Amino acid sequence: MDKSRQGYREHEHTADWELEVWAESLPALFEQAARGMYALAGVVIKPGPRLEHRLELQALDNESLLVSFLGALLFLSETQGLAFDRFEILMQEGNLQASVQGAQIAAISREIKAVTYHNLQILESRRGLEARIVFDV
Amino acid sequence: MVDLKDLIKISDYEWEIPRSFRGDMRVPVRLFATRRLLEAVMDDKSLEQAVNTTTLPGLVGHVVVMPDMHQGYGFPIGGVAATRYPDGVISPGGIGYDINCGVRLLGSQIEYEEAKGHLDRLASALDENCPSGVGTKGHVRVDDAELDRVCREGSRWAQKKGYASEADLRRTEENGRLEGADPGAVSKHAKERGRAQIGTLGAGNHFIEVDVVDQIFDAEAAAAMGLVEGSLAVQIHCGSRGFGHQICTDYVQEFQGAVRRYNIQLPDRELVCAPLTSPEGQSYLAAMRCAANYAFANRQVLAHFARKAFEEVLAGKVHNWHLHQVYDIAHNMGKIETHEIDGQRIKVCVHRKGATRAFGPGFEGLPEEYRQIGQPVLVPGSMGTASWVLVGTEESMQRSFGSSCHGAGRVMSRAKAKKSVRGETLKSELQASGISVRAGSLAGLAEEAPQAYKDVDDVVATVSGAGIARKVARLVPVAVIKG
Repeated sequence: MDKSRQGYREHEHTADWELEVWAESLPALFEQAARGMYALAGVVIKPGPRLEHRLELQALDNESLLVSFLGALLFLSETQGLAFDRFEILMQEGNLQASVQGAQIAAISREIKAVTYHNLQILESRRGLEARIVFDV
Repeated sequence: MVDLKDLIKISDYEWEIPRSFRGDMRVPVRLFATRRLLEAVMDDKSLEQAVNTTTLPGLVGHVVVMPDMHQGYGFPIGGVAATRYPDGVISPGGIGYDINCGVRLLGSQIEYEEAKGHLDRLASALDENCPSGVGTKGHVRVDDAELDRVCREGSRWAQKKGYASEADLRRTEENGRLEGADPGAVSKHAKERGRAQIGTLGAGNHFIEVDVVDQIFDAEAAAAMGLVEGSLAVQIHCGSRGFGHQICTDYVQEFQGAVRRYNIQLPDRELVCAPLTSPEGQSYLAAMRCAANYAFANRQVLAHFARKAFEEVLAGKVHNWHLHQVYDIAHNMGKIETHEIDGQRIKVCVHRKGATRAFGPGFEGLPEEYRQIGQPVLVPGSMGTASWVLVGTEESMQRSFGSSCHGAGRVMSRAKAKKSVRGETLKSELQASGISVRAGSLAGLAEEAPQAYKDVDDVVATVSGAGIARKVARLVPVAVIKG
């Protein structure tokens, strides 16, 4: 097992991509999920001008919020060519407020169609919190 | 976990997981597969996902799984599930994010021998004319009003814009347009993603392939389709792009609340659903049909630009460079159809997730020239291997809700494929075997290596052996364009 306090790791999935993420808090888990998703897609951010984007999301529970959060980042990647590498995330009872900082995408090698709910559960563990996310590719 | 010993063998090509396997199953699972193909999926979650699918409210008959099955999310890929209309449910995850992902086949009278000296240039011309890759934008841009027309009219929109002939539309499932599409049910986000992507291939397993008709198995059917041994054909595999992905994403999210409101218990949240006649179900159906029409229009525009590439390279060099449409078929779709179940004809919503419609002879929705032979079924193989043209049968109507397989089906994860195959080596090997390759990403090419898939010939032998489709022609590739 990876003993680092937070991180992500790809798992075998026949057709799609499965990402394991872990962290000590919910906001940190969301950040690792975003970083892992960008890594799977082979996203490289341009060194040029930085920009900030704000996200406000509401959902039924934390799993729905995670799907919405990653979905919002995918939307910005596809429509505006943006990706982010700094995250300030606040969460409270089904609400998420995030300030994300990044830049234009210089390169992206793989297409992620969607973030799925397949077997998605945010679980408490010895590492704090962990989840497995399946992406449709 | 489902084990081989849990399955009841019906024949060499058909197996059942009975309702008694798990307490929450509403119907049995019927698998079309040989023992060898079943063994290939025992390590992944295909069968468990098929069992999960049987818990959807309102299912009739059995959940059907095709021999190209593999693990997906929610539904297995290769799954077919029919829910009773109007009291059953519709599940967006059972149709998939790439709504109306499908295949179009164009035939020609171009003999391979007269064209083979031009194939490498043809691959480049197709690559230039048909934009592919992650986030690529197309030659066709539409504003919101025009996008709404695409949603409502599908291939008919493409025809009005000069991208389609009347024959193209006749030889497309549902004539390239599903009734009941309502752009009002589509989010602003989906429309924003959809505006710039008409006429684009995308990435992943989507492709354009130039093939040679290698072998004919049914001369009458092949003649009706204009497929001649030794001549070129073109396959286009893609779907509704970001537009469809966003629509499915939006409704899977919305239905998380719907299952609570309608008190529906499911073993996997990706299976979320809503009653077909509920406001949520009706809204999804209307939006899904928009994406389906978008995908029909998308493949039609790509076909137009593929024809342009053929003209650019082959006009004046071969006796007839024209490409005629053989058929266009969806393999991720939800359709309201009438089927005979237990001796009664009933209206159902058929979810096909990685499975094609395969209606038998006599179906009124087929163009006249196909009514006697059955609906063409297009089965692309893995890159560098064969593809197949089949037709639907009477038996497919009786045993699989008029459905058949949609491809070879993965057996190896993308991660493992990348580790065991180098994109550059694969490209060289394909080129050495006479296949021109244009790929946006070598890593992406490696993920789609033939070793990552089952043998499509085995898959086709299974549906043919089971009687749910009949072989017409086998195609082999000579040029591949991938995003």
